[in-house]
Amino acid sequence: MTPRRTLADREDVLGGVMLTPALAYVILLVGVPFVLAIVLSFSDATAGSLRFGWAGVRNYAAILADPIFLRALRNTAVVTIGSQLLVVVLATAAAQVFRATFRGKRFARFVLLLPWAVPVSLAAIAWTWIFDSTFSVINWTLKAAGLLHGWLYWLGEPALALLAIIIVQAWRIFPFATVIVLAGLSSIPQEIVEAAIVDGAGFWRRLFQVELPLLLPVVTVAVLFGVVYTATDLGVVYILTGGGPANTTHVLPTLAFQRGILGADLGQGAAIAVFLLPFLIVVAFAMLRLARRAEVGA
Amino acid sequence: MAGIEIRNLRKQFGDLHAVDGVDLSIRDGEFLVLLGSSGSGKTTLLRMIAGLERPTAGEIHIGGERVDGDVPPRARGIAMVFQSYALYPHRTVFQNIAFPLEAVRTPRKEIEEKVRWAADMFSITRYLDRYPRQLSGGERQRVALCRALVRDPKVFLLDEPLANLDAKLRNTARDDLKRFQRQIQTTTVYVTHDQVEAMGLGDRIVVMEHGKVRQVGTPQEVYEDPVDTFVATFVGQPPMNLLDLRDPSLAAGTLVGFRPEHLLPRSVFGPGEDLRTVRFAVRRVEYLGSDRYVYGSVLESAAPDATVIAKLPATIALAIPEGETHEFAVPRRLLRYFDAASGLRRRP
Repeated sequence: MTPRRTLADREDVLGGVMLTPALAYVILLVGVPFVLAIVLSFSDATAGSLRFGWAGVRNYAAILADPIFLRALRNTAVVTIGSQLLVVVLATAAAQVFRATFRGKRFARFVLLLPWAVPVSLAAIAWTWIFDSTFSVINWTLKAAGLLHGWLYWLGEPALALLAIIIVQAWRIFPFATVIVLAGLSSIPQEIVEAAIVDGAGFWRRLFQVELPLLLPVVTVAVLFGVVYTATDLGVVYILTGGGPANTTHVLPTLAFQRGILGADLGQGAAIAVFLLPFLIVVAFAMLRLARRAEVGA
Repeated sequence: MAGIEIRNLRKQFGDLHAVDGVDLSIRDGEFLVLLGSSGSGKTTLLRMIAGLERPTAGEIHIGGERVDGDVPPRARGIAMVFQSYALYPHRTVFQNIAFPLEAVRTPRKEIEEKVRWAADMFSITRYLDRYPRQLSGGERQRVALCRALVRDPKVFLLDEPLANLDAKLRNTARDDLKRFQRQIQTTTVYVTHDQVEAMGLGDRIVVMEHGKVRQVGTPQEVYEDPVDTFVATFVGQPPMNLLDLRDPSLAAGTLVGFRPEHLLPRSVFGPGEDLRTVRFAVRRVEYLGSDRYVYGSVLESAAPDATVIAKLPATIALAIPEGETHEFAVPRRLLRYFDAASGLRRRP
């Protein structure tokens, strides 16, 4: 007697069964809110009522005419690009340090990873103290070192506040990027590095002409993640500056939150949030193409 | 152009003596092969010459200049070819070969000339614009050799450069390599575990085991006059037969060694030859086209179960039935004697 075919033998059915939970998760928690956001952006829905009226492109017209929105759009780009540039430089340097063997390396690596593990809100609150207008540790240190003569109101001046946001965002992503770059470094065959040493290449030539080009696909992945995390982040800006002073440091997520939830104008909030989409899609495509090109070596 | 002097060189990794007191004198222009199994220390020795590994003790002189210690690889006048070729995957063939020249800031025009000259020498000029991944194993290996060649080094260091090639290519690559070395006459140190490569390429072979040099000699010396039982069995395929024949004319504890190709049926020898005859119980005959391998045991041996191999060329058409005992013989001048306890060569 041949044993009966069970579910586990039927690949056609089994595939569907195994995929369902993941599919349901993506559809319910990513797909539905996503479609809802797009639909809402064309409506005049508010948080206070269940009325849902078609508003056409009125929300988009309104925000495009709004200097605060345009500023937020620009800030999002500045913060994302600025923090990621900082992350790439810091992560590459840190990875070089962590590749060497030294005493206390395990502890150092643990400390390095802390920013990644600390909840965003908690970290942001700590940073508000570091940047505090009266008690700023940074100012105190700079003054003690004789590098600062006036006083920096970190979160009180638009340019400084934006810089503060960039620093915190970079600080938050940098451990993750370092781990990725370290993994990338260890994937470079030892013989290639040794060939470069024998070929007479010094540290910098090895770094810029052998290691970094080989790391490019990996660094690209790190930056891609960093861009997505930074551009969509609400917590850091919300806690650090709340979009202030005078709405000069808003980024798209905080402005969408302020308008849509706090201001109860769901339609406009959704329209603002939707503006993240083309931004992220363009970045994602660019990054993936770059990674592919580095792989093919064209 | 330079020779290499190595004096009492040691390298320890923790408790492991990877290289354990090696003295070696490599002549100018010589093709020297370091032969040993994995873990014999041959690669570590090569890496110490290259400067990729720092000796625990001892001296290395290249061209009369002491280089162990703080002389970095780039200042030693060496070029190295790695087993994996270690080509830079993101650079074209041209850029790969040009890399060592760029590192010493050679003028653009000179780089161009040298790369073309080297590429010409290995006939890879048409691949100069390709990337390593678009090349076959043999082509990559030639790119690696080109990259070593353009530096105009005093010494070539090659770490199993043929190991990743398939068997067919390996023969031609070996021939190319030898011709190329003859042409440029640069001192070459070549590491391999393949004794056929070692025999075919080396002006001299250094047989290594457990970090020590067992024998240094020409391929012929190493094959015909091994200094101990290790070299006798390591070099040659199938290995040399070693037997205690309980011969009363020899001192007790003497092993008699002979090559499989020297153990032949008694009847093929002429009457005037001085032979050592044995009774050979044949278990199995392997037909290999140009040769026949005959497996069996020698009844005179102190360990009659030990497998003895005879290698008969196809020119001997004699039938050798399995399961029977035959008279086989070895010319006495081809017998080698070893001390059973120490393994060292002994005069009869």
